[in-house]
Amino acid sequence: MPPTLVIARLTVQETSRRRLILALIILTLIVVGFSAWGFHKITTVTNSSGNVLPPEQVALITSQLLIVVTFMYSGVLALSAAVVAGPLISSEVESGLLLSMLARPVRRSEVVIGKWLGLAVLVAIYAAGSAFLEIAAVDWATGYVPPHPIELVLYVGAEGLALLSLGLLLSTRLSGITGGVIALVAWLMGWIGGVVGDVGTGLQNQAVENVGVFSHLILPTDLLWRGAIYAMEPDAFLATLRAAGTVGRANPFAAVDPPPLPFLAWVVVWFGLMLGLSIWSFRTREI
Amino acid sequence: MTVPRGEVFGFLGPNGAGKTTSVKLLLGLLKPTSGQASLLGRPIGDLQTRRKIGYLPELFRYQGWLSAREVLALHCELAPLPRTSWNDEITSALDTVGLTDRAGDRVSTFSKGMQQRLGLAAALLGEPELVFLDEPTSALDPVGRHDVREIIRGLASRGTAVFLNSHLLSEVEQVCDRVAVVDHGRVIASGTMDDLLSGTAVKVRVTGLDGPGKAKLAEFGKIDDEGDQLTFTNLKPDRVPDLVAAIIGAGGKVFEVSPRHQTLEDRFLQLLEEEEK
Repeated sequence: MPPTLVIARLTVQETSRRRLILALIILTLIVVGFSAWGFHKITTVTNSSGNVLPPEQVALITSQLLIVVTFMYSGVLALSAAVVAGPLISSEVESGLLLSMLARPVRRSEVVIGKWLGLAVLVAIYAAGSAFLEIAAVDWATGYVPPHPIELVLYVGAEGLALLSLGLLLSTRLSGITGGVIALVAWLMGWIGGVVGDVGTGLQNQAVENVGVFSHLILPTDLLWRGAIYAMEPDAFLATLRAAGTVGRANPFAAVDPPPLPFLAWVVVWFGLMLGLSIWSFRTREI
Repeated sequence: MTVPRGEVFGFLGPNGAGKTTSVKLLLGLLKPTSGQASLLGRPIGDLQTRRKIGYLPELFRYQGWLSAREVLALHCELAPLPRTSWNDEITSALDTVGLTDRAGDRVSTFSKGMQQRLGLAAALLGEPELVFLDEPTSALDPVGRHDVREIIRGLASRGTAVFLNSHLLSEVEQVCDRVAVVDHGRVIASGTMDDLLSGTAVKVRVTGLDGPGKAKLAEFGKIDDEGDQLTFTNLKPDRVPDLVAAIIGAGGKVFEVSPRHQTLEDRFLQLLEEEEK
């Protein structure tokens, strides 16, 4: 097996033996169980005239609540990716664990790519698994299924991968705690940058709107999150947002359009840049 | 400086002299700012050469969540060794370092000494042509140190070159064919043990010598002056009678004269003092 895949397997194995995967599975099952119960309650709620809500209204409320629940999942994914990626290389350099491995015929680039690959597999599995469970639970409870579930998984997974890539880059130079904290703060700042951009859109102020654009270019997590929102919005809700004009676009939990294709192309370039920088940074680091 | 195959080479120096840095440079873990070196006929950093090299780092640490056998399997895979040979290689390495009984236990449950033994086992996998051991006995008890000396002798007898960094000069003296002493990143002496330890140290217990009296003894070489006990660090045995006569002539009373062969530690300290001047 090539060294890259050996390192990737080792990364997955370590996460599994340290019981992180087990903890995430248990927590996810608890959240899915509670949210299924909560979503089911929507179908039994009565309005002021004493009648249960009509299906259209149940779908609308469910779609909005699902966005909030998914925000939590994306947060868990981002947090986990940043916390795990932060010490991925730095802790092994500090402890000396990498010394004996790098004395083997292993390139530093293979270590970086292998570790990224191992965690990327876990992020992808978690994103797909948790999304499948949550969507299945919501479908069972309310009969509502978001319009683009595959895109939803891809956007949420890509958001986790972005945090993983940033955390890995920081891990080549900074200690685990520092790298993890910076990655998390960057994720929150990216989200706030997107909100500021929304305010600019609402005010029709190009300068303020550009804050959102720049923050999306530097760290694309927020716009990927907007892509996930778009994948969850029913057509009726989208029509309402579009009718509201610029005001409808000024909402961090709403998206009128999917992320534009040039931006998605930039995301691919951004991932390449992060990996390239991580490899360069680790290759030039003294261990 | 060259280390031929089958030789046990000791690399000595005080803390911060550059011993570990030198090993890391040779292994390609650090990039040199100047100078050249080659391992097994190839420039340092060559990936293919690393297939034939074993390395026990000074800072030894292995995956605590793996068992000893799994750690060695990982190194077999990275080496890379043919999969059919893994079982024999691992069993033999574990047996050599005395960890057979703990093969299935997680490394996190190992003492530091056992982890160092595991590191040594990893360095022995695949019958390497060159083995770097950086302070290989720093965490071992006397039995473990004896075992490591035997392992080093075994490696040398099958033609493996051993590059040994160690602070334990008595150990180096026992196993090394040749040594180099490094200080501030520069080799200040090198040669076989016989080359380096040609002198005799003479310890004299004496009273009645004042400063000028001791100064008259300068012709007998460097003196370690500890009051009533003087050690002449490099004096040929046939000059001992002259020394005693000179002490008595200077007004001293001699109670004991004990010549002994210079140890590596004597020579090491002497070299460092000369370097500081």
